[in-house]
Amino acid sequence: MAVIEVAGLERSYKARTGIRRGSAKEVHAVRGISFEVESGELFGLLGPNGAGKTTTIKMLITLLLPTGGSARVLGHDVVREAREVRRRVGYVFGGDRGLYERLSALDNLRYFSELYGVPAREQKERIGELLELVGLTGRERERVEGYSRGMRQRLHIARGLLHRPDVLFLDEPSIGIDPVGARELRATVATLVQQGTTVLLTTHYMFEADELCDRIAVIADGSIVASGTPAELKRGVVDGRVVEVEVYGAVDTALAPLRAIPGVRSVAVEESGQAQLVVVRAEPDAEVTSAVLACLSGVRLGRVATREPTLEDAYVELLSAP
Amino acid sequence: MKQLRLLRVGWWLQLKIRGRSTFDGLLGILYPLFFATTIFFIYRQGSDPTALVGAAVGASVMGVWSSTATSASSVLQGERRQGTLELLVAAPSSFPLLIVPITMALATVGLYSLVATLLWGRFVFDIPVRVDQPLAFGAAVLVTVLAVSLMGFLLAVTAVRYRYSWALGTAFELPVWLVCGFLVPLSALPAWVRPISWLLPPTWGVSAIRAAALGGSPWGDVLLCAVTAAVYALIGTALSGRLIDSARARATLALS
Repeated sequence: MAVIEVAGLERSYKARTGIRRGSAKEVHAVRGISFEVESGELFGLLGPNGAGKTTTIKMLITLLLPTGGSARVLGHDVVREAREVRRRVGYVFGGDRGLYERLSALDNLRYFSELYGVPAREQKERIGELLELVGLTGRERERVEGYSRGMRQRLHIARGLLHRPDVLFLDEPSIGIDPVGARELRATVATLVQQGTTVLLTTHYMFEADELCDRIAVIADGSIVASGTPAELKRGVVDGRVVEVEVYGAVDTALAPLRAIPGVRSVAVEESGQAQLVVVRAEPDAEVTSAVLACLSGVRLGRVATREPTLEDAYVELLSAP
Repeated sequence: MKQLRLLRVGWWLQLKIRGRSTFDGLLGILYPLFFATTIFFIYRQGSDPTALVGAAVGASVMGVWSSTATSASSVLQGERRQGTLELLVAAPSSFPLLIVPITMALATVGLYSLVATLLWGRFVFDIPVRVDQPLAFGAAVLVTVLAVSLMGFLLAVTAVRYRYSWALGTAFELPVWLVCGFLVPLSALPAWVRPISWLLPPTWGVSAIRAAALGGSPWGDVLLCAVTAAVYALIGTALSGRLIDSARARATLALS
């Protein structure tokens, strides 16, 4: 059963310029997207900054009105039945904001419990459970202004879960937190899904989407450019091999010959400390490693590796498609 | 019952937020005393001791108004800046029930300035503020504080839709001092100003407090203060739904 149904959803803004009689420019943040999320599923919206992920989430949690199309959450229309939607969804976003800095974590959770109608007799137990879940037990009486970013993020998760939402919207929850904190966060999200919560996650971290999501929609410039399971996306977009060569020195002159090798789909160069990483994506059955090394013969080489395509390769290829 | 609890918890936690900044606290303590000192020096030049007591009462209500009006209109901008405004709107609770406790907490801070002004006048300037009818005085003070917080609520809800409406509080601060007769008797103002004064709850509030302190009949003014404040609360409640819908349409709930 679909708990989130999005059909042709659109959102555009008028961006004004100038002081007097300035011109208004129409900006299309979301351009008629459609998708469904099933009960108990962890669905990812993956895309670069400005792709329309947050705008989509904000329409689904009733903070923005769509300018076209429709969306229903748990059977309720997000425009006409906003209060019913709000009762049953939770919203967590990444970053430092969204908490009362001068209050303790406990007071923040008490306040939001009231806001979300958690019965008074259940509040203490529920807050205790959530502090335990996010690992803040013992630190709950400290003011939030002294919390690290990771602790704030965990407190955000606890806040979003206070009223036991059926659907949880996570908008880039791991942004800016350290790798250990991000790993703990992913473990918490996985636990929630195991417990039956439906989760819609936005992220631009490919490994996060790959590790967590049952299905992913890749969104770029307000439109969904691909969707499916992580494995389907990898297969469908980059059904091939990837050769990575670490090089020291200028490789610009070698790029054209690399691209001309039969079977090579694309070549990209990434900075990797003092070295550069040449990433060559090739057709499935093409053996290009020796030809690649021959092209780079005049350059000092480091590590050479051949690997399966990752979701990141799929993502880069999707976003760079004309 | 649930609503009352929401108001109580919200008021208490908002009061905690406001009470935890040493800098804000220090300014909050000193600011009304500067007001009061200036006014007492001016009124001491006259020979009418009743006018001096009346000015002390007026100055004390000025503090309640100033700490509520200027802060109420900027408080939702503060919520927007710290990312909590969206969470308030996304909550299933009635939005006015979330905003009224904030402005009530501001008015409670203002209550301090009322008491401080009267004590400052009594002990530093020897102004004998005798309270003729203590019960009526207490009731008039409480209704005035509540009325000012409801006016603050109306100013605050506009900030949901308009990011720059925080300037409203500053714009109204000084005109209300004058039009509500805090320091200058209404009879001294042009006739066309008086109907405006009658529409503002602090006019009736300050009049009731003066009557209770100096001898007179405060209850009619207390009632008018409560009724006009209730009208402001109704307008604010009716507006809040429309302003939230407009903010959702125009995407002004967040900073970007």
